[in-house]
Amino acid sequence: MNETSRAVGWKPRGWDVLNIVLLSLLALATMYPFYYIFIYSISVPEEALKGVYLIPRGFSLQNYVHIFKQDNILWAFFISVARTVVGTVLTLLCCTAFSYGISKRNVPFRKLMYGAVIVTMYISPGLIPWYITMKSYGLQNNFLLYILPGLMVAFYIVLIKTYIEELPAALEESAMVDGASYYQMLFRIVLPLSIPVLATVAIFNAVNQWNSWVDNLYLASDLKLQTLQMLLYTYVNQQTAALSMINSNSTAQTAFVMTPTSVQMTITMIATLPILFVYPFLQRFFLKGLMLGAVKG
Amino acid sequence: MEKTAPRKRKIEVPLLVLTVPFFLIVVLFSYVPLWGWSIAFVDYVPGRSILESAFAGFKYFHRLFDSTSDFGTVLRNTLVLSFLHLICSPLPVLLAIMITNLRSGRFAKFIQTVTSFPNFISWIIVYSVFFSFFSIDDGMLNKLLYGTLHWIKEPSNLLSDPRWTWWFMTLATVWKTVGWTAIIYIAAIAGIDQEQYQAAEVDGASRFKQAIHITIPGIMPTFTILLLLNIGNMLNVGFDQYYVFGNALVQEKIDVIDTYTYRVGLLNMDFSYSTAAGIFKSLVSVILLFTANFVTRRTSGRSIM
Repeated sequence: MNETSRAVGWKPRGWDVLNIVLLSLLALATMYPFYYIFIYSISVPEEALKGVYLIPRGFSLQNYVHIFKQDNILWAFFISVARTVVGTVLTLLCCTAFSYGISKRNVPFRKLMYGAVIVTMYISPGLIPWYITMKSYGLQNNFLLYILPGLMVAFYIVLIKTYIEELPAALEESAMVDGASYYQMLFRIVLPLSIPVLATVAIFNAVNQWNSWVDNLYLASDLKLQTLQMLLYTYVNQQTAALSMINSNSTAQTAFVMTPTSVQMTITMIATLPILFVYPFLQRFFLKGLMLGAVKG
Repeated sequence: MEKTAPRKRKIEVPLLVLTVPFFLIVVLFSYVPLWGWSIAFVDYVPGRSILESAFAGFKYFHRLFDSTSDFGTVLRNTLVLSFLHLICSPLPVLLAIMITNLRSGRFAKFIQTVTSFPNFISWIIVYSVFFSFFSIDDGMLNKLLYGTLHWIKEPSNLLSDPRWTWWFMTLATVWKTVGWTAIIYIAAIAGIDQEQYQAAEVDGASRFKQAIHITIPGIMPTFTILLLLNIGNMLNVGFDQYYVFGNALVQEKIDVIDTYTYRVGLLNMDFSYSTAAGIFKSLVSVILLFTANFVTRRTSGRSIM
C-alpha cells in the first residue's frame, strides 16, 4: 500500500495528461468534420479544389447566394421548415389534449385507451402494411404525410401525462368552482404550467421532423414535396447532374462556377445549422426527457 | 355553473372530446396498418383488395429460407452489424469514465457537448460528412494523404470497398452515438455515492483502481440494461444508415432486413414476400425483447419494458 501511495504523486498526472490528450483527439474527430465543411462552404469553389484544411481558400459567400437562388433548393428548405413548424405545433396540441383528458379519472375506457397508446411503442406494422395503409388514406404525394402519422407519439404522451399528474390539483379544483370548463382549464391553467415539459417535447419533435426523410423516400416522389434532407442525399449521390443544372441556372453574367463538392458542403451546412442553433437547449431538454423517461420506464 | 345533480359516474362530453378523437388517430395510424400483415399470407396484387387475393399460406415464409433467396445474406449482415455494435458497447462507458475523471468541470462539459452533437443530425448529414472525407474523388483524406503528403500509394475508397464495409459502418455508428450514450453513463456515475470515492482516496486507491472498483460496479446495472435492450433490438438495426451508405459495390455486405424489405417491397413490388420478411423480423424481435426483459428482471430486478 505504501508503494502505491508514494506513486500517487506522479501517476495521476500522467493518467490525466493521457486522458486530456485522448479526449481532445475525440473532440477533434467530432468537431473538425463540421469545421471542414464550414470552411469549404465559404471558400471560393475552384480554389477549394486544391484542398482545404485549416483555413478557407479565399472567402466568398457566393456559394450560399447561389444555392438559395435555386428554386428547388429554396422550396425544399421551405418544405422542411413547414413540416417542422406545422408538425411540431399539431403534435404538441394533440399529445397535450389527449394527455390532459386521459389524466382525468372519469373518462370511460381510460386504462384501455392509455394502454393501447403505450403498446404502440413496441409494435410496428412494418414497411409494406404501413405503406399500403398510408396510400389508402390518400397520403401519397400529399404534404399531410409528413404531419398526420406523427401526431400521436406514445413517448411524448407518457412524458406530458406524468408531468400533468404532478401539477397541484388544487389549482384546477378552484377553477372548477369558478365554473371553468375543461377546455379553459387546459388552456389557461395546465398549458402554461406545463411549459417545461412541452418545450422538451417540442424540441424533440422539431429535431425529428427536421431530420426526417424516410417518409419522403417511401411515399412522396413528387419533387414539390422533397425535403431538404432528401435533396441533400440526391445531390451527394448524383453530384455532377445536380451541378450542371445549378451552373446553367445561374446566368453567365457572373463568372462564379460551383463545384460538386462546394454544392454538397453548402447544403450540408444549411441542413446542419438549425440543429446547431437549438443544440444548447436540445442537450439540456434531452437529458431531462431521458430522466423523465427513466423514472416512468 | 353546473345545474344538474352530480352523479358518481357521469360521462362528461368535454373529456370525451379531449380523448376519443386523438385515440382514433392512434388507431388509424398504428393499429389499422397491422391488418396489412395478412398480405404475407396471400398472393397480393397491388391495387387489388387483400380479400380478393388468393390464399398462399406460408409460401412466402418458406421462400425466405429456400436456397434461391438472398435473405440468408441479409440476415447475416444484420447479425454481424448488430454484433459489432454490441462489441463496441463498452466504448461509451470508457468515454464516460474518462470525462468524469477530468479535473476541470468546464473542459468536461465541453467534451460532452461536442461529442454528443452527431447524435442529433440525420444519417444523411452523417453520410455527407463521411463522403466529404472518404470519397475517392474529392474526399479530404485522399487529398491530404495521397495528393499532398503521399503517405498512401493509391487513393482509398472505403465507401465502396466491401472488405471494409462492416468496420466502416461500425465506425460511423460509434462516431454518431458514442458521445450521447456516454451521457447516460455520466448520469449514472453522478448517482454513485461520493463517500465511496472519498473512502477509497483515504485508503490510497489510485484513480485507476477507483474506476475499476467503484465506478464500473456502480454503472453495471445501467450497462446491463442497455446491453440487453440492444440484444432485444438485434434485428432492428434501422433503415437510414444502411440505406444512405449503400451502393452497388457494397450491397452484398450492407443490405440489412430493413433495407431488404424496402428493396424487394417497394422497388421490386414483391409486396407479400417483403411483408413476410417484416413479420419475421417483428416476431424474432418480440421474442428477443421478452427474453432480454426476463433476463434483466432475473438478474437486476428491474424491467426494461
